Amino acid sequence: MSFLEVLYFIIPSAIFYAAPLIFTAIGGVFSERSGVVNIGLEGLMVMGAFIGILFNLMFVDTFGSMTPWYALIAAMLASGLFAVMHAVATISFRADQTISGVAINMLGVAIALFSVKMIYGKGQTDYIQERFIRDDIPYLSEIPILGPMFFKDVYGTSILALIVALLAWFVIYKTPFGLRLRAVGEHPMAADTMGVNVTKMRYIAVILSGALAGIGGAVYSQSISGEFSHSTINGQGFMALAAMIFGKWHPLGALGAALFFGFAQALSIVGGEIPYIDRVPSYFLHILPYVLTILAIAGFIGKANAPKASGVPYIKGKR
Amino acid sequence: MSNRVINILVPVISVILGLLVGAVIMFVSGYDPVKGYIALWNGIFGDAYNMGETVRQITPYLLSGLAVAFAFRTGLFNIGVEGQLIVGWFAAAYVGVAFDFPMYIHLPLAILAAAVAGGLWAFIPGLLKAKLQVHEVIVTIMMNYIALHTTNALIKVMSDGGDNTGTIQASASLKSAFFESMTDFSRLHYGIFIALAMVVVMWFILEKTTTGFELKSVGFNQHASQYAGMNVQKNIILSMVISGVFAGLAGAMEALGTFQYASIKSGFTGIGFDGIAVALLGANTPLGIIFGATLFGALKYGALNMPNEAGIPVEIVSIVIAIIIFFVACGYVIRYFLEKTNKKKEAK
Repeated sequence: MSFLEVLYFIIPSAIFYAAPLIFTAIGGVFSERSGVVNIGLEGLMVMGAFIGILFNLMFVDTFGSMTPWYALIAAMLASGLFAVMHAVATISFRADQTISGVAINMLGVAIALFSVKMIYGKGQTDYIQERFIRDDIPYLSEIPILGPMFFKDVYGTSILALIVALLAWFVIYKTPFGLRLRAVGEHPMAADTMGVNVTKMRYIAVILSGALAGIGGAVYSQSISGEFSHSTINGQGFMALAAMIFGKWHPLGALGAALFFGFAQALSIVGGEIPYIDRVPSYFLHILPYVLTILAIAGFIGKANAPKASGVPYIKGKR
Repeated sequence: MSNRVINILVPVISVILGLLVGAVIMFVSGYDPVKGYIALWNGIFGDAYNMGETVRQITPYLLSGLAVAFAFRTGLFNIGVEGQLIVGWFAAAYVGVAFDFPMYIHLPLAILAAAVAGGLWAFIPGLLKAKLQVHEVIVTIMMNYIALHTTNALIKVMSDGGDNTGTIQASASLKSAFFESMTDFSRLHYGIFIALAMVVVMWFILEKTTTGFELKSVGFNQHASQYAGMNVQKNIILSMVISGVFAGLAGAMEALGTFQYASIKSGFTGIGFDGIAVALLGANTPLGIIFGATLFGALKYGALNMPNEAGIPVEIVSIVIAIIIFFVACGYVIRYFLEKTNKKKEAK
């Protein structure tokens, strides 16, 4: 295999594996920027993956080849709703954000598996008939070198992920809403004094993070696994959390980190077919994202600071 | 109502609410909640075998609960108990398989190996927290995955590409012929005594030693502790390491007692994460952890009977446990209502 062929092979796979992480990591950025730690991303992704598959299996006769896209919307709504639980607990009830997140993770898996067993009478769902399909993008795919790398045989969801990341950057850094969001996460009391509704902002952010994690989960289940079982989402949510931190709580940083983690995942799965890489034990590729994240937050790869107020419930009148 | 009573009432109310929500979910899903809970009860207390297995399940929960709680008392949230447990499991199994000593050396050595492995695995996040102020939650989560992949790779190497370390030598086993004869050959093993002893150890360290006083002090207020001349960094690392030792021992229970081997895992055991629930419900106190571990261990094991007897998926119990954590975490609201009704009574 020539070097260029390797690139044609590995880059689309990297983007393919990164897409679910991008959605979820961007969700994490919204939540944490508003000052709410969301460890529950994993559970929210599980919920999205499950609802995506469930919807797909139930309505495939009605919607035909468009089913995965409608399922994506259903998953977004379901996980957004599920995130309300985290929002109520952490924002209104002043629960410890990490513990509430742990509860969300346990609950997401438990509810999804409970429902699967109830509906299908076994531990996993059937395989879906309609998956997301790959397509060439007209004109762009004909560009030499770049075309086959980025625009040939791409998933619509990958393009959507890139758009969402750019959109998130615009919203967070270029709109009044984004300014308020960041203010609430850095210094809620100052924001409150200036008339920003801290509670409302945080609710919106947490629900957004749930919705995006739901999309991430549904993308994963409908393009990579094709069914739902206990091991469909196995650490994807935590890897997205890692991508968010590695990307320094910045949407584009998170995008870059997610792409990189997707690359590591792709290598660990298809690396056996690539010269040189096939000699690296897959073990090292498996642990790479996690080790990098530890190095990143330890400050070895530039200093990364969490939003100041993240993890602290806002109580009016308390200094 | 005194503060003490409220502190006990919050977890009790949470458990009741959790079970109620579980009943509602069963009802809405078209199952019979009464039948479900009777099946759960029988799964726990039905016969000698089930009772033995229930206690067997409680054993690692005691230790993982202790691990989470001990770190909590120093103001640290050790989500990495799961990973520390996995490395402890592997270390104990490795020593159990690879060496051949008389029992009085082999068994303690295997247990010690698990404790050291767990302690070392927790040392890294402790060190990063103490020296670089890196948040332990993220590091321990990442360490969980590294532990999973590392032990899987090691097991593969050890077994020449297989997926199992092979059964440990009898001289490293916690198996108990006495318990087996008493409980109709359940897998209940002597580890329960180790777990209970560790509860006493935690109580002793925290309540009777200077070190324990310092650890708690750092948990309450780092700056004040620093001012009083305590070495905050040392205490943070120490707390994580002790927590990791408890977690490693929980792994030893699985390796030397329940399973007698370590195998490649596709996912986490869940014991470490459930330890968070145990510690939370037990308010991070040694006595509370015994109650928490007993409740969750019993629920988890008893649930296995629910599909057979009542046709209800076992996951219902995981839902109940998650809801209980949720309510305990939202203790502020329960407290608020308790105090409000209290004031009304006083006004009358």
